[in-house]
Formats: sequence, C-alpha cells, structure tokens
Amino acid sequence: MIKASFARFTATAVLLGTCLVAGSAVAEEGEGLALANVRVESTASLQRGARLYFNYCSGCHSIKYMSYSRLAEDMHLSPEEVLSSFAFTGAKIGDQVISNMPAANAQEWFGKAPPDLSLESRAKGQDWIYNYLKSFYIDPTRPTGWNNTVFPNASMPNVLWELQGVQHAKFAAAKPGEDAQIEKLDLVSKGKLSSAQYDEAARDLTTFLQYVGEPAALKRESMGAWVVLYLAAFTFLAWLLKHEYWKDVH
Amino acid sequence: MAKVLSSIGNWVNERAPNMMPMYRKHMTEYYAPKNFNFWYYFGSLAIVVLVNQILTGIFLTMFYKAGAATAFDSVEYIMRDVQWGWLIRYMHEVGASMFFIVVYLHMFRGLMYGSYKKPRELVWLLGMLIFLVLMAEGFMGYVLPWGNMSFWGAKVIISLFGAVPYIGDTLVQWIMGDFNPADATLNRFFALHVIALPLVLLLLVVLHIAALHEVGSNNPDGVEIKKKKDANGIPLDGIPFHPYYTVKDLFGVGFFLILCAFIIFFQPALGGWFLENDNFIPANNLVTPADIKPVWYFTPFYGILRMIPSKGLGVLALAASIAVLFLVPWLDRGAVKSIRYRGRGYKIALFSFVVVFVLLGAIGAGKTTEWIPQLFGAKADVTFIENLFGRALTLVYFGFFAFLWAYTYFGLEKTKPVPERVTTHE
Repeated sequence: MIKASFARFTATAVLLGTCLVAGSAVAEEGEGLALANVRVESTASLQRGARLYFNYCSGCHSIKYMSYSRLAEDMHLSPEEVLSSFAFTGAKIGDQVISNMPAANAQEWFGKAPPDLSLESRAKGQDWIYNYLKSFYIDPTRPTGWNNTVFPNASMPNVLWELQGVQHAKFAAAKPGEDAQIEKLDLVSKGKLSSAQYDEAARDLTTFLQYVGEPAALKRESMGAWVVLYLAAFTFLAWLLKHEYWKDVH
Repeated sequence: MAKVLSSIGNWVNERAPNMMPMYRKHMTEYYAPKNFNFWYYFGSLAIVVLVNQILTGIFLTMFYKAGAATAFDSVEYIMRDVQWGWLIRYMHEVGASMFFIVVYLHMFRGLMYGSYKKPRELVWLLGMLIFLVLMAEGFMGYVLPWGNMSFWGAKVIISLFGAVPYIGDTLVQWIMGDFNPADATLNRFFALHVIALPLVLLLLVVLHIAALHEVGSNNPDGVEIKKKKDANGIPLDGIPFHPYYTVKDLFGVGFFLILCAFIIFFQPALGGWFLENDNFIPANNLVTPADIKPVWYFTPFYGILRMIPSKGLGVLALAASIAVLFLVPWLDRGAVKSIRYRGRGYKIALFSFVVVFVLLGAIGAGKTTEWIPQLFGAKADVTFIENLFGRALTLVYFGFFAFLWAYTYFGLEKTKPVPERVTTHE
C-alpha cells in the first residue's frame, strides 16, 4: 500500500517535472543556429576568450557590470596579470571595464553607439553570439563594408576578419517578386586561423561573454549538486518519519 | 530545564488563556480526512512559497533601489556584487513562478474533488481573492527590475484600463502617474509590491485557512467525514493534522524543494519562461521588443485577450475569464463532489478545460506563431489559423462553465453512488 502510493506520488511528480523541463527545452531551441556549447567552468577557455575580448572588442564595447578585480578572481589571475594583459586604458584594478570610445563620436561613427555587452549573452543567448561572430560577409552597400546574416544590417564591421578571413555571400536564384536569399557564406581569402581554429576562437569569446552575463554561474552549478544531495537526504528522512508516524493509521 | 520551560508555559497560559486551545483547534485537534492524496500537498506548499517570497523579498529590498534610473543597475548589483545576492534573487524569481504552479494545481484539485461546494463556498471565494491579489503582486514584481519587458509589459497591461468607458485614458494616467510607465509608476509599484499587497495576501491566507477549519477539509472521495463520528465526537475517518499531516507535508516540502533547487541552480531562467531574455535589456521606450508577452502564468488569460478583435470586448472577456471562476460554486448544482463518482460528462469537460487552458497559454506566449508554420507549412496564414483556433479555444473555456451549469441544473449528470466512508488511504 505504502509502496504503491509512493510510486504513484513519484510518477505524478516526475510527470509534472518533465512537463517543466520539456517546456524549457522547447523554449531554448534557437532558430537554425549552430550550438555554441560553451563551458564557463573551463578557465582556459575563459582566459582565451578574455584575451580576444580585450584585443578586439573592448575598444568599443564596455562591460560596465564587471570590474577588473572580479575578472582576476574568477579567472584565477593575479591583479598584475589582469592589468598588464587586459587593461590597455590605464584602469585601476577596482575599476569597471569601460571602453575609451567617447559616446558622442561613437554615435557619429557607427550611427549607433556600440552597446554595453555585460548582459548580451542573457538577452540574446550564447548560440546567437557564437553564430553572429561567424556570420560576417563583405557587403559594399553597407557603410562599414560588412554585413551579417544573423543580424542583418548590423552597424558593426567584422573586427575579427584578420583571424577569420573574408567571407562572401553566395545568393540563391531569386524567386519572382522576392529578394534573393543568401544561400551560404564562402571564405574567399584566408585569415590567420583555420576554419576549425576560428570556430574555437568564436567559442572562447562566447564563453567569456556567457560568463560576463552571469558570473554567479561559476558558483551556482558547482554548489547546486550539493544542495540537491542535501535535500534528497532530508526528503528521505522526512519520508521515513512519515512512514513511522502513519503506521497507526488504519 | 523542563521545569523552566513548563513554568514559562504556565506564565504565558495564565496571561493568554486562548493560545493553547487555538493551537489544538488548528493543529492537534483539527481532524483532516485520512485519505488525502498527491493533490493535497499544494496547500502547504503554497504557504512554504509565500514564506520564501517574504523572506527573500525582505533581503532584496535591502539592496534594490526603486527608481527608473537605479532599478536595473541595482538588480545587476544584487546578481554580481552582493554576497549570495544571486541566490536570493533566483529564489525570489523562481519562487514567483512556483507560486503560480502550486496555486494552479491547488485550484485544479478543488475543481477535481468539488472542494468549492457547500459548505466550502467561502473557502473557494477567499482562495479566488488570493489568486487575484497574487496576480497583481506578480505583475508589479515583474515590473521592478525595469528591463525592457518590464516596461512594455507594464505599458500594455496598464493600458487595458483605457478600455473603461469615459474615464479610461484618465484612469491609465492616474495608475501610471505619467503618460508612460516611468519613475512614478515604478515607485508606486514598489510600494504596492512590498507592503500593500503582501499585507492583504497574508490576511486573506489567514481567512482562507480559518474558513477551511470552520467547515473541515474535503477529500478525494468527497465524503463529509463529520457525518460519522466516534463516541468522543471525533470523525471516524479523521486524523489529527499534527503530527500526521505535518510530517507528511514535510516530505512533500522536501520533494518540492528538490525540484526548486534544480531550477534555481541549473536553469534559473528556465529557458526564458521564468526570466525572459528581453528583460536583460534595460527599459527603453524607443525600442519595442519583437513580441511583447506577459510571463507564462498570465498567458492563458492574455491568449483570450489576444483572440478578441475589439479592445473593449477583449478586456471584458479577459475580466470575465477570471470572474467566472468566482461563480463556480453556484454554477455547479451537482450534489456529488468528487470526480470519482461524477458523470462522464464532467470528466471530459474538466479534462478539456485543462487542455484548453494550456493551449490558450501557448497562444498567449506567442508559441503558436512558431508552431503553425511548422504544422501547416511556411505559406500558412498564421493570423487566420491562430484566430480560428484561439477563438474556438476561448469558446471551450467559457463553454466549460456553461456546460457545468446546464449539465447539473437540468439533471443530465449520471453519478455513481458515493460511499459512506472514505475508501482509500495510504
């Protein structure tokens, strides 16, 4: 009797739990984006991503919710290492990571000031960032000469072109009354990195931005397993207690 | 030690003689049916979540800075720089969604076992008032981080009051304190969210439980256990709430917390359902999100609103979809409470109602605009199919209540005999 009811309870609870997880899985499917599969707990990937970020991105994009000291702590680097490798603007260790580009000029140069990227991964998702970084192509009709298939008419040029190389868009034959759709992007001149290496670089940069979006994730997941284990033990004891008390209910 | 404790106890009892009788009335001598099943965990779970929301909320208010210029930054400050701030915030945010999950299942239990029927109509009414206040509480809480979805959600929902004849526009400005959701709106929502509504909520919860304990709990058999008592006047099928249901609920709470911990530590945004991506962009009245939608727990009602072509009628239908739930005790004229002994018509109707509620939620969440091209091909007229489908669902939603009344009023229901005593228990 007890076992049967416990099994029924578990079955119902698991069913409800599955609905929740299935719902979240449905929501997470990106539309035709390649998976970034980042691992923020990989310190090496984080450090490589940070190096790319400070070499190629931080000139224009701030990450104002991050400080250099927090970066040092989470990436297992000394304050001196962080300042010498990342802080090209003469910042102090407690400072926020702010770009040196004057906002008024940025507006004039790009039509829109480059946004702060602190929460980019939370607003767009890691897959979006990863694919965006890989989807620039030459487009002479754009002011910067670059366009992007993931974010059409982006104001940003491909700052990573010397690593990736230069892509051209190959258009499919246009259907009557419609604009020609881009079929695929072809690499027409090689960069410093091979295609596979560039994917890794884009993944590292995405890892860094994923971490920047939620630094607590590092702590959260490693702690979560212990919390769940503790609660499982607690629940088991509670079940034993209940079982004991209910022995005299007939 | 024991002596000291008992003398303290006596000291208190002499000065507050009603304390122990009160404790006995509601705990050790409150006789609950012994056949409660899975669906009876959600009442105590709702209390657990309420306590969680109040405790985590207190800590959040220590660091949150209401105000259009400060709110967004202060939430990120909590998430990054406040010790354990991220955990407190996730507990509060996941707690809000879990509150609605628990309350929806609790209400479904009531429909399934006829817990709203005489003599428990007042319990149901107070419960519905709790649900109403909870919706206001959830909505205002969602505005506080002042992300872009907070802003646009607030704008859309508050502008619904513009459908009120004659005074609509004035009413909207009065609620906002501005011509758009702005600093004034955010500050008054903060006041309502952390003080006014929680006080009302607590009062209603106390009344809900007090009203329940006056008449006694229903059970999965829908049998009135007070009709069969032993020589001491104790219901034969009743067991003291404490310790039997306190230990049982302790187990339920443990199980529930495991589920919550999974979400908090491994999926705190639950794929955009609990925390929406657009809310990580600061509020901006110049940039409209691609699709404005409320958080998941409002989507069934929002789905109904979206399916009605006129704003005035849409708002009316939205209000009616909630108001009609208040009337359930008087729409259902059937004498049999539990679904176990009710007619097949009721079983089918309730099942359809649940399916429709979920599908309307999918429409309200904008899921159907993704699903329809997948189901009917890329060329399908999404709006047309969605409207057709959604209006049919809206009809079934309201149809459930009409059916419930007609089915029972005209005696069409073929019920099974209800047993004298409860049938199963663990």
